[in-house]
Amino acid sequence: MTHDQTGMFGAAGTGDTSGYGGLVRTATTFGSTERPYGGYFDDVADDLERAYPDFADAITRVVVDRGELTLHVKKSRLLEVAFILRDKLKFEMCMGVSGVHYPDRTGAELVALYPLLSLTKNQRVRLEVATSELDPHIPSLVEVWAGNNWHERETFDMFGIIFDGHPGLTRILMPDDWDGHPQRKDYPLGGIAVEYKGATTPAPSNRRSYR
Amino acid sequence: MTTHLDPYASSRETTEGTVFSVTGGDWDSLVSEIGESKEERIIVNMGPQHPSTHGVLRLVLELEGETVTEVRTGIGYLHTGIEKNIEFRNWTQAVTFATRMDYLSPIFNETAYCLAVEKLLGITNDIPERASVIRVMMMELNRISSHMVALGTGALELGAMGPMFFAFRDREIVLDTFEEITGLRMNMAYVRPGGVSQDLPAGMTTKIRDVVKSLRKNFEDNAKLLIGNTIWMKRTEGIGYLDLAGCTTLGITGPVLRSAGLPWDLRKMQPYCGYENYEFEVITADTADVYGRFLVRMAELEQSLRIIEQAADKLDKLEGQPVMVADKKIAWPAQLALGADGLGNSLDHIREIMGSSMESLIHHFKLVTEGFRVPAGQAYATVESPRGELAAHVVSDGGTRPYRVHFREPSFNNLQSTSAMSEGGMVADIIGAVASIDPVMGGVDR
Repeated sequence: MTHDQTGMFGAAGTGDTSGYGGLVRTATTFGSTERPYGGYFDDVADDLERAYPDFADAITRVVVDRGELTLHVKKSRLLEVAFILRDKLKFEMCMGVSGVHYPDRTGAELVALYPLLSLTKNQRVRLEVATSELDPHIPSLVEVWAGNNWHERETFDMFGIIFDGHPGLTRILMPDDWDGHPQRKDYPLGGIAVEYKGATTPAPSNRRSYR
Repeated sequence: MTTHLDPYASSRETTEGTVFSVTGGDWDSLVSEIGESKEERIIVNMGPQHPSTHGVLRLVLELEGETVTEVRTGIGYLHTGIEKNIEFRNWTQAVTFATRMDYLSPIFNETAYCLAVEKLLGITNDIPERASVIRVMMMELNRISSHMVALGTGALELGAMGPMFFAFRDREIVLDTFEEITGLRMNMAYVRPGGVSQDLPAGMTTKIRDVVKSLRKNFEDNAKLLIGNTIWMKRTEGIGYLDLAGCTTLGITGPVLRSAGLPWDLRKMQPYCGYENYEFEVITADTADVYGRFLVRMAELEQSLRIIEQAADKLDKLEGQPVMVADKKIAWPAQLALGADGLGNSLDHIREIMGSSMESLIHHFKLVTEGFRVPAGQAYATVESPRGELAAHVVSDGGTRPYRVHFREPSFNNLQSTSAMSEGGMVADIIGAVASIDPVMGGVDR
């Protein structure tokens, strides 16, 4: 969970007839994982620390969850870390960019994730970079992995993250003159209510739903 | 709205506003203009509606005579917002959306998504073996039907009509099998978090073996037609060259990467669904061209058949085992059953929830309307789809709906290599290069 949730059902603004309205589920956060990380994750962390003296300053958190290693990188250090990972640690491939929007994380609402793959060592690691909605800039990794070109354009299109240094950051899936960034949480899904035999079914985003 | 001079439509002002007269048909002036100018450089818009661009793909070509100097790729014409829609459905319903992305390989989309959800739930090791074997068998059948379209349409786009007929004949056999197993030919939503939606019909393994037998015989037709065929080789050899360094920097996986000589196959390197228990080979080529990719796909068909045969043997041994995880808080409550009027709700199940057990009814209702909760966190699951690494990045906030699902689509990524493959070549070879990437626009645009 990324934010506190109250009640049981998605309905808001109506009287609480269920009795579940007082329920509060508090947000879960993942802290930094303690060593040993297990598997090859310790090797990756060791190698990176050895190859990159500023490790402690650039990597804010190391999270191992569900068998996956995530390095939280300061955005100002992203390029350096990426070059080291590619050249020294043999992560030859970046499998793209995935954006996530967490409106409740003030100052770090927009997150970009880079799953890296090493063909040489058959290893995976993920970089996570957060930035503020008010200053949605993250350095582009196109000069490190050229294949990130379209992925960064897609994340820009969908989340409005501006990748500084991208050779041509334009929309890729939505029309060029589109307003807004559809994958942000405050962007509505849209859709219209459908009437059938006298009953009206609201659009998916307006339906009462469970959380 | 501001109006400005449009070179393609003259305008006049009326009381209703500006009226544009769209005329078109300026080809004569265009041709005479090109004839007068010294340079031979022209810009051609190919697609998005073009029979040989493999779907709604737009290529903006800059040509110098017949030589391509620049290719720009325009996508997004098939964007359907699947990732956004999934955020408004529960974890099980999302399968129905995911399966519609890359419409030629629905089973892979479903499996990648379900593996990620299972990772989040922490039930990866609780998936019944029979379910995993069925998934493997379905994926390999799907790989065949997908490769058949790649080969058939690829050949058709280069002007060879015959291979397409043979390829679609064989694809039809696979789709019929899918229909018999899942009830649908495409977009089956058959793989669900926790297992598969229903068990195989009785006697299916015998039928599968017959299918394998007839496919193996049928594949010879296309092999005889194309492998070593002079015309086919002239159109494909040395075309669309992309070496290993190009592949890694562009993030290319799948047959394109293997045609550059690297035996990288996630089924072998990072096995999932029990692929480590099957014997098969990773096919490579060393030519890094369209012909190499064609040979890789042709040879992968036989490897898929081998896996299907082994899966059929395993299924016989696992007869009667469950196909859905034992945890009733996750497993979809109703299983379908074949009645006198066709496939439908299991009548035994309806009898139980409507007639005898109130608790079963509550459980069914809760699970179907509310769905299950998935612990907060994120997971990344990968499968080797016919086009390369297909990955699902799934984020949960602990609720009954996905917080965010992102698909790393191999078509989307690999299509970036169009320029690298085609620039400097002839305009006719772009078709071959694009066909050898085998992009599916439903997957590219999602």
